[in-house]
Amino acid sequence: MTGVVANSPLYVRRRWRNAVTMGLAFAATIFGLSWLVLILVELLWEGFSGLSLAVFTEMTPPPGSTGGLLNPIVGSLVMTAIAVAIGTPLGILAGTYMAEYGRYAKLTTVVRFINDILLSAPSIVVGLFIYEIMVAQMGHFSGWAGAVALAVIVVPVVVRTTEDMLTLVPDTLREAAASIGLPRSLMITRVAYRAARAGMITGVLLAVARISGETAPLLFTALNNQFWSLNLNAPVSSLPVVIFQFALSPYKDWQKLAWTGALIITLAVLALSIIARILAAQRRSS
Amino acid sequence: MVDVALQGGAMVVATQVDRGKVLRRLQLGDIVFRNLTRASAITVLVILGGIILSLIHGAWPALSTFGLDFLIQQSWNPVTERFGAIAPIYGTVVTSLIAMLIAVPVGLFIALFLTELCPMWLRRPIGIAIELLAGIPSIIYGIWGLFVFAPFLQQYVQPFLIALFGPVPVLSDLFAGPPYGIGIFTAGLILAIMVLPFITSISRDVFEAVPPVLKEASYGLGCTTWEVARYVVLPFARVGVIGGVMLGLGRALGETMAVTFVIGNAHRISGSILAPGTTISATIANEFTEAVGDLYTSALIALGLILFVITFIVLACARLMLMRLNAKVGT
Repeated sequence: MTGVVANSPLYVRRRWRNAVTMGLAFAATIFGLSWLVLILVELLWEGFSGLSLAVFTEMTPPPGSTGGLLNPIVGSLVMTAIAVAIGTPLGILAGTYMAEYGRYAKLTTVVRFINDILLSAPSIVVGLFIYEIMVAQMGHFSGWAGAVALAVIVVPVVVRTTEDMLTLVPDTLREAAASIGLPRSLMITRVAYRAARAGMITGVLLAVARISGETAPLLFTALNNQFWSLNLNAPVSSLPVVIFQFALSPYKDWQKLAWTGALIITLAVLALSIIARILAAQRRSS
Repeated sequence: MVDVALQGGAMVVATQVDRGKVLRRLQLGDIVFRNLTRASAITVLVILGGIILSLIHGAWPALSTFGLDFLIQQSWNPVTERFGAIAPIYGTVVTSLIAMLIAVPVGLFIALFLTELCPMWLRRPIGIAIELLAGIPSIIYGIWGLFVFAPFLQQYVQPFLIALFGPVPVLSDLFAGPPYGIGIFTAGLILAIMVLPFITSISRDVFEAVPPVLKEASYGLGCTTWEVARYVVLPFARVGVIGGVMLGLGRALGETMAVTFVIGNAHRISGSILAPGTTISATIANEFTEAVGDLYTSALIALGLILFVITFIVLACARLMLMRLNAKVGT
């Protein structure tokens, strides 16, 4: 009886089809993961050979001579710091409104929808926006414009995580705080923020990871600067833009530096997202 | 005795005054904080409004000069100041199409593997690895594409494709021409690698939301894993999967750096997908800082406006679908 069923053509065909598709699923996973391995291996291979102390202590060189990436690294750090300083408070406050004051308000639904769209909107459009409102008005490219462009990218990330994390805070905590007479603003800042702290820090870290590799919004806001400059009213050099410029240049030593810069960015971004993940996991298990 | 009573009374009055002050301060703080958060939430809307208005303002000279011709003209000539957007639009659409053709099936199969086949202990590491792929900045894909992937394609894959499809009528035109390495095809492949993690992680999430009872019931009827995935999981998760795919499409349409490196920046529409082309974002990235003259700059901003409108529509559809799904799960 079972033998008849097991050997029936329909059964064989179904089993065979299952084996093929499951094989495909396995192959697809290997395929997807192999890109990560390929890219990382190539990056380590090309980047590490160029990694030296000079990379962190010397300025970007003219073609044909040796140098480092000090000015773009510092420029990137400064602009990222300013972007986070502008974007984080704004994002946290907006997320606070959505999760605490207006959880069921119409405004919250609209803001959430728009925020989700901004989250994946093309970053080059943000660059054009800042070009129009800052660079074109001031008449010159500037580090400030670059930092503001990055801040516009930080905001949606922070809004999203803040809202999500505050929504996860149990209402009993809020009720307990209210019952001892805490005003709502103190309840939020002293109780809800503390309960959601790890998640909110995760959001900021993810935002930093996101902007540290952003190139498109900096191309025509901060532009680039061959020399050491911390003047934010002038063009400021940044790591992604230097990688872009050097990689597309015909000079071998510039291309080498571009690879090294790419390695530095990737390691920084991966480290940030792994730390963010660990923080988020700790929250979940505690 | 009297003193004590007096003192006590004074203290009561004093604390009442203090309490009133403190209460007023707290109330004021409450109002300020509430309005601060509300204003910040509105700022998000203002950012979107600002982007749209500034793009329209910047694009106006070009749009009023060329009118609707801008959308269908192919010439892109800074010297004669004739600009048309059809070549970049074509490149944007075709590269994204190639990316989706590859990334959607692969992403769905990976999600299937992660939810149905993968041993438990391996699920988290593979999931994290796929999400790390999503975190790698696009410029890294660009530099890797330019120095590693494009030469590889030029040497091995493209000659093979040209030879393979040479005798086939329609496909021979699609895969015609010398193997440049860089071009629309390469850009599409890089985009596929980039959007793969987005599609995978959303598909995995919606696959996991399928009630186990449904799956167990079909396994109980004797369905194979594939049949469960095809006839139970996929129909149930359809809306979410489409939302995830649209989200990936939105990313692919707007992606700049990875494409700029490998697209070749040629303002023409070629029948062959192996030929160099350009996309909206690559055109802006390559030419904006070198653009001379108001009309040239304005034409580039108009391209940005078109890109924003297209991605806005795609992303809005994606979000609406995912929202509908969440509402369904919630009930």
